[in-house]
Amino acid sequence: MGDNPSRSENATAGDLGVTGRHARGAGTGVSPSSYEEPPFGGGGALPKKTRFGMEAGFKGLSVAAGAMVLVIIVAIAVFLISKAVPAINADTENFLTFNQWFPNETQPRFGIAVLAFGTVLTSIIALLVAVPIALGIALFLSHYAPKRLATPLGFVIDLLAAVPSVVFGLWGRDVFMEPVRNFSAWLNEYFGWIPIFGGDGPFGRSVLLGSLVLAIMVLPIVTSLSREVFMQTPGMNEEAALALGATKWEMVRTAVLPYGKPGVIAAVMLGLGRALGETIALALTLGVVFNISFNIIENGGNSIAANIANAFGEANETGRGALIASGLVLFAITLVVNMAARAIIYRRREFRDSAA
Amino acid sequence: MAKRIEASNVSSYYGSFKAIDSVSMVVEPKTITALIGPSGCGKSTFLRSINRMHEVLPNARIEGSLTIDDQNIYDPDVDVTAVRRLIGMVFQRPNPFPTMSIYENVVAGLKLNGVKKKSVLDDAAEQSLKSANLWNEVKDRLGRPGAGLSGGQQQRLCIARTIAVEPQVVLMDEPCSALDPISTLAIEDLMFKLKDRFTIIIVTHNMQQAARVSDKTGFFSIDKTGDPGRLIEYDDTQKIFSNPTEKKTEDYITGRFG
Amino acid sequence: MSLLERESSGVVMTTDNIRSQKLHVGLNIGIAAAALVVGLALAYGFGIGNYVLGVVLGVVIYLIGLQIVAGRIEGRRAARDRMWKTLIYAACVLAILPLASVVWTLISKGAGRLDGNFFGSSMNNIGARDPEGGAYHAIIGTLEQVGIATLMAVPLGVLGAIYLVEYGRGKFATTVRFFVDVMTGIPSIVAGLFILSFWVLIVSPWFNNGTPRFSGFAASLALTVLMLPTIVRSTEEMLRLVPGPLREGAYALGVPQWKTILKVVVPTALPGIVTGIMLAVARAAGETAPVLLVAGGAAAINFDPFAGGQQSLSLFVYQQAGDASRYAPARAWTAALTLVAIVLVLTVAAKLLARRNSLSK
Repeated sequence: MGDNPSRSENATAGDLGVTGRHARGAGTGVSPSSYEEPPFGGGGALPKKTRFGMEAGFKGLSVAAGAMVLVIIVAIAVFLISKAVPAINADTENFLTFNQWFPNETQPRFGIAVLAFGTVLTSIIALLVAVPIALGIALFLSHYAPKRLATPLGFVIDLLAAVPSVVFGLWGRDVFMEPVRNFSAWLNEYFGWIPIFGGDGPFGRSVLLGSLVLAIMVLPIVTSLSREVFMQTPGMNEEAALALGATKWEMVRTAVLPYGKPGVIAAVMLGLGRALGETIALALTLGVVFNISFNIIENGGNSIAANIANAFGEANETGRGALIASGLVLFAITLVVNMAARAIIYRRREFRDSAA
Repeated sequence: MAKRIEASNVSSYYGSFKAIDSVSMVVEPKTITALIGPSGCGKSTFLRSINRMHEVLPNARIEGSLTIDDQNIYDPDVDVTAVRRLIGMVFQRPNPFPTMSIYENVVAGLKLNGVKKKSVLDDAAEQSLKSANLWNEVKDRLGRPGAGLSGGQQQRLCIARTIAVEPQVVLMDEPCSALDPISTLAIEDLMFKLKDRFTIIIVTHNMQQAARVSDKTGFFSIDKTGDPGRLIEYDDTQKIFSNPTEKKTEDYITGRFG
Repeated sequence: MSLLERESSGVVMTTDNIRSQKLHVGLNIGIAAAALVVGLALAYGFGIGNYVLGVVLGVVIYLIGLQIVAGRIEGRRAARDRMWKTLIYAACVLAILPLASVVWTLISKGAGRLDGNFFGSSMNNIGARDPEGGAYHAIIGTLEQVGIATLMAVPLGVLGAIYLVEYGRGKFATTVRFFVDVMTGIPSIVAGLFILSFWVLIVSPWFNNGTPRFSGFAASLALTVLMLPTIVRSTEEMLRLVPGPLREGAYALGVPQWKTILKVVVPTALPGIVTGIMLAVARAAGETAPVLLVAGGAAAINFDPFAGGQQSLSLFVYQQAGDASRYAPARAWTAALTLVAIVLVLTVAAKLLARRNSLSK
């Protein structure tokens, strides 16, 4: 495992605390006291390299910690599958296409279709709303606002990113639902001919509410990460653009946005990951209906995570297994999203780094 | 193409700090003017004042007047972006846009100006790269990242990018300070070539370079740290380096100071 | 002729066309006012909506009008510059409204139950008609669960990061790094399900006569899974910032690598590492979903994280939000305020610490 030879050989040779042949020596750290004796403690043969000691022990410990990550990931997959498979086997309907959720009956019938659809739908709407606004704020903080305003505002955004999702969910249900209901009714009245705004109500606990709450939740995260990448734009590239006669916006488009693109994609993907996996905020705001519909203003909507939270209380053994199976699907979706994000970032980074 | 620049009593500030004090000089068209002087004497600040890049920094402002063909570029109704297109700038460290290819770098300025036609852009890229003595080295890899070139090539790429928008004046802020001697020589050759088309003002720490390339030389200095920089002497390069009027200039040239 | 001139007249710069007109501020305000009036008139005139629609229409009309007028006066590029600037400012205002509402609601509604009873009692024997009841048990639960999770995640995470930075070469390290990235993206509910299927349903019955046992410790395990990748990543970043010469200096003195790491590298990076840990802790404290699945959520005070269900603040908020009692919302909001206070104190402290960190700046 490619140890740097100059490091390990010499370093271990001097490790007198382990061999115990010299009480103090070269190896006692960097404090001035280690100079009390000559560095190689009194002549004679050089100390032998020890076969097993603190060096190997510490290294082993850290390798084990690193390996733990792999173990956990594998364990997640293994244990979820082990609980999901019996439930899916007991399912009397097709797990992937059936769109109802009755896993607790003697003849369990459940499918992931509605839930997966709802999960993706709410997340995408949330990102469509949040990302443009988040990028706007990020640019405002990094390039438009005076520093005196940008610093505290950036700090506040960072703090908002830390607010737990249950708080946003509670706010969405207790405060935000009313205006969204009014807005939905208005949309329905004037734009009811567009299918997504159709229906006869009731409105309120809808995909729209859930998505908007999600949007407000991911907004600080996307903003805060994007702001950071925008601020890292090399000043000399910004100056180069300005010196070519670019306006401020053109400078942003020429120098800032292309430079920040991989970072922004990563931020958006992270936001998407958050939105896909968000549980409580959606459990509190969605109408929970098992029905695939693009109507976003009528009461309804559901998501994998929200369904787990809602249905967990009454689930029997097969019910739990079914929920775990749905969690497995969620895991797979987020995994795909994450890997896609990494792939994009690594590819873009190569283009840039091959350069530097 | 090339224009006459006249600075009168230009003082530049960063907030309350006065960086240069009352600089006046006239730069004739199609000449190379070198600005020399010790670090922190305000040469770069003055240079950046000429194309209004100075004011990019927060709280930076300027007093006095700077005219180009009798138009004061600091008049309130003057468009900053127009000034900067008129007066191009090459920076101390090569700064090609890292996300763009060589080709995209060269035509970046043209695209900003709304030129969209591929043939025009191709033409301009080739002409600019040829003018910058870079065409032969990069013509086979125009699609590769601009930042993948060597330092000297990058700097010539930046020069190509600057002259692609056809400015009238080219400002160079220590363009060779980050380059090796061979690349430096290449840039100096290029300056001689560009002199036919542009008015060039170059800030340099390297006095041999100033002596080699410039027609006129301005010597900036400061009395002590915290004082504003002043233009001590401005004359023909030959005169500055052989028989300067001011004692300070002579001290600096001969290496007794700075 | 020059290229720019050939393409379109008026683009090439000469000294004659460096001047341009600017949109007067007064005119800008005038357009805004007119747009607002027109917007409101449209909304009310046609009876299609209230003042909100009027303002929205006004903003849209303003943006269009601004683009047209500025385009005429200042030219296309300057007008576009102005348009984007306006949009960016508008994005800020738009985002601040709901976020400010969240903060305001949190404070105004949360203040209602900020009393001794709330912090001194549990929900034990509190019926639907009782206005009392508190979150003492939930606070205990959150502190214990997050505390235990931190104790498990920090050594693992820091050691893992040390492996990646100091020892990790080759394929195995790349794999670990990749899966740390993957793990960062695991939804919290999936972590909860994992612990549910692994610990609660399979392991815990061994200690509990064959019946699954929900416990605070299970919640800690789930939170550990969530904290681990965050800690590894932030620690890794901080360790990488430690200058190489510092390590080499220690090696040159004959200090063994493990001691160099523990005595030189880690202490140098410590403020940054602590910042990362505190942020991870803050995030874990706010997690609801995994706790909901594995902690059990008891109404009474339970100090023992290993036996019997435990409550947590975030779960308490969720449960009270779903409670039909008319006193439940007040409890939910006050608990939410308490939770946010804990999380924010941790976050602010972490940020302040980061600001004093000499390595990262």
